[in-house]
Amino acid sequence: MTPAQTTLLINARLIDPEAQTDHTGWLLITAEGTIAETGTGAPPKADQAFDLDGKCLAPGIIDIGVKVGEPGERHKESFRSAGMAAAAGGVTTMVTRADTTPVIDSPEVLEFATRRANEAAPVRVFSMAALTKGRAGQEMTEIGFLMDAGAVAFSDGDRVTTNTKIFSRALTYARSLGALVIAHPQEPILSKGAAVTSGKFASLRGLPAVSPMAERMGLDRDIALLEMTRARYHADQITTRRALPALERAKNNGLDITAGTSIHHLTLNELDVADYRTFFKVKPPLREEEDRLATVEAVGSGLIDIISSMHTPQDEESKRLPFEEAASGAVALETFLPAALRLYHDGSLSLPQLFRAMALNPAKRLGLASGRLAKGAPADLIVFDPDAPFILDRFALHSKSKNTPFDGAKMQGRVRATLVGGMPVFGAL
Amino acid sequence: MSFTQSHLLGIEPLSPADITALLDLSEAYVDLNRSEEKHSQALTGLTQINMFFENSTRTQASFELAGKRLGADVMNMSMQASSIKKGETLIDTALTLNAMHPDLLVVRHPHSGAVDLLAQKVNCAVLNAGDGRHEHPTQALLDALTIRRAKGRLHRLNIAICGDIAHSRVARSNIMLLGKMENRIRLIGPPTLMPSQISEFGVEVYEDMKEGLEGVDVVMMLRLQKERMDGGFIPSEREYYHRYGLDAEKLAYAKEDAIVMHPGPMNRGVEIDGTIADDINRSVIQEQVEMGVAVRMAAMDALARNLRARRFNSRAAMGTLV
Repeated sequence: MTPAQTTLLINARLIDPEAQTDHTGWLLITAEGTIAETGTGAPPKADQAFDLDGKCLAPGIIDIGVKVGEPGERHKESFRSAGMAAAAGGVTTMVTRADTTPVIDSPEVLEFATRRANEAAPVRVFSMAALTKGRAGQEMTEIGFLMDAGAVAFSDGDRVTTNTKIFSRALTYARSLGALVIAHPQEPILSKGAAVTSGKFASLRGLPAVSPMAERMGLDRDIALLEMTRARYHADQITTRRALPALERAKNNGLDITAGTSIHHLTLNELDVADYRTFFKVKPPLREEEDRLATVEAVGSGLIDIISSMHTPQDEESKRLPFEEAASGAVALETFLPAALRLYHDGSLSLPQLFRAMALNPAKRLGLASGRLAKGAPADLIVFDPDAPFILDRFALHSKSKNTPFDGAKMQGRVRATLVGGMPVFGAL
Repeated sequence: MSFTQSHLLGIEPLSPADITALLDLSEAYVDLNRSEEKHSQALTGLTQINMFFENSTRTQASFELAGKRLGADVMNMSMQASSIKKGETLIDTALTLNAMHPDLLVVRHPHSGAVDLLAQKVNCAVLNAGDGRHEHPTQALLDALTIRRAKGRLHRLNIAICGDIAHSRVARSNIMLLGKMENRIRLIGPPTLMPSQISEFGVEVYEDMKEGLEGVDVVMMLRLQKERMDGGFIPSEREYYHRYGLDAEKLAYAKEDAIVMHPGPMNRGVEIDGTIADDINRSVIQEQVEMGVAVRMAAMDALARNLRARRFNSRAAMGTLV
């Protein structure tokens, strides 16, 4: 569907992640649903015009690593509920994970998921496929067929391919096809069974813990394999300061490596777990404050390229358990933007810096034309009021699962409208 | 009495006044337990359920005896054999029990924080009888009572806690309690059995046992928790005994009148020499067991008083009091 007429948005605070600018202007959308032009002077004529009254206009968020419960766990999240949550949260493109039941590791399962996504979700959905069959780390998947079926990246999710021989072959094979491999940098044996990051808090609570060094060891291994294979690689979540120098060196050495982090690791720390609150149990576990600050700084400098929500729906039964036994993960599609805006309000990051990490960089890494305010790009846009205050009520979320760490939190920033291809999918202009 | 908590989940939330109040009340029960007629009416009409999700003979027996001496109806549920195996969650188990209107729940669980979670879901008083590696508050209280009786005070003592600190909830509760009462605490053990950043808890850490025992008033030994170890913490039991087992030679570094404690059950010849454990001039291990019953009676008595006061107040507030 296309808007069929031209739309002009005036008096908008344009957040341009490519130019790194933040100023008032206008934006014209073509009848085909693409961006025609932006400007600051007198606006051109259009079939319809809307005054945004100084609200922010930015490219829609592109969220790599969203878990949807289809196939297998539809009671936790369906494409419909995830899509509604995404639209309400300003996420115009979800890149879904392959850690479903069954695993998305064959073109047939991928086609099922894609069909369901297109039927049910109001936003764009792209799928990742598993790197190894059943995410078991033994045999690589049919990377070529899966790419033909639309897989945009290959990842075993939070499971590390421990067999380096298998992993290096998969990287080499993926490289020959130009496929992007997304890995979870973590030393799997050191982190086995861990529920929190080691340190004073873990000792106080008596919880099994992992040293933050496990992340650096995992990243170091993967970087060595990249030197061998020259594959296209993205580290899903870098969350500790000790991993950053290795990442910087790898980039300077010309390896095709990018790194992400999660919105939770940018806005929460290990102490938020407090009295064993399982909604704060994520993977990797929340880190100490120094690590959070270093991670925020790395997003600002561009060393960390991408912020993801790592949206992971879990039902109440999986979370209402003793901390060690409780499932990891948090829903985040709808809280992604207001949580990110905490970093804007506290002066750590500018809006263009945030949207570089939430829209432009993920688009570039996946080869998508969206994620920017450029002429010809799809009009995947969001209008938001960065200051609007609210108290989050988890039961008001669109996700079927309500496991958010921000329940009852005071937040600022609400999406007023979400456009996909120029068509409103949430709110109104 | 200053102790006003609804539950006894750990030492961490207690004030020094709470601790002193519980110990003072315990003293009265020590006397009662040594008399011919050991019964009190403190828990008459109340129901106490002991839920042990982890094996325990000693602690469970101690709680059972304490409840019976106070006149409660005591029921023991061995949870590792029951519905947990059938997939029932901890919360469901708690709700099921709650429907039976217990007044006191005594809970032991292999996971840290599990007892806190359960306490949020029931409307009776909950006593933590040990959760994972987190806390074991009645053990710390009974250790404190033993020390106070042996040393005449519970402050400004040099106390060494030795051995497997990492896996020990007893150590955590003791560090918390003895720290609150202003003692100097030394932790002695191999670095593989020390929790991370433990020195930030206001303790001194020693890897050399003789150095650590130099001039201490109290030597508290811990059991090597082989069942909680997933391999590779120590090279062998004989090397562990050689370096960290309490024998006469190492004990000679402590003060002449230093007492020796152990929460039991002991691994003789692993962390402690049998003759020291049995030396009535040094070892207070049997006394610890005796204090255990008194402390648990005091804790349940105090919690029952608070429970009755809360129920009285809520009835008064609803106007149903006649």
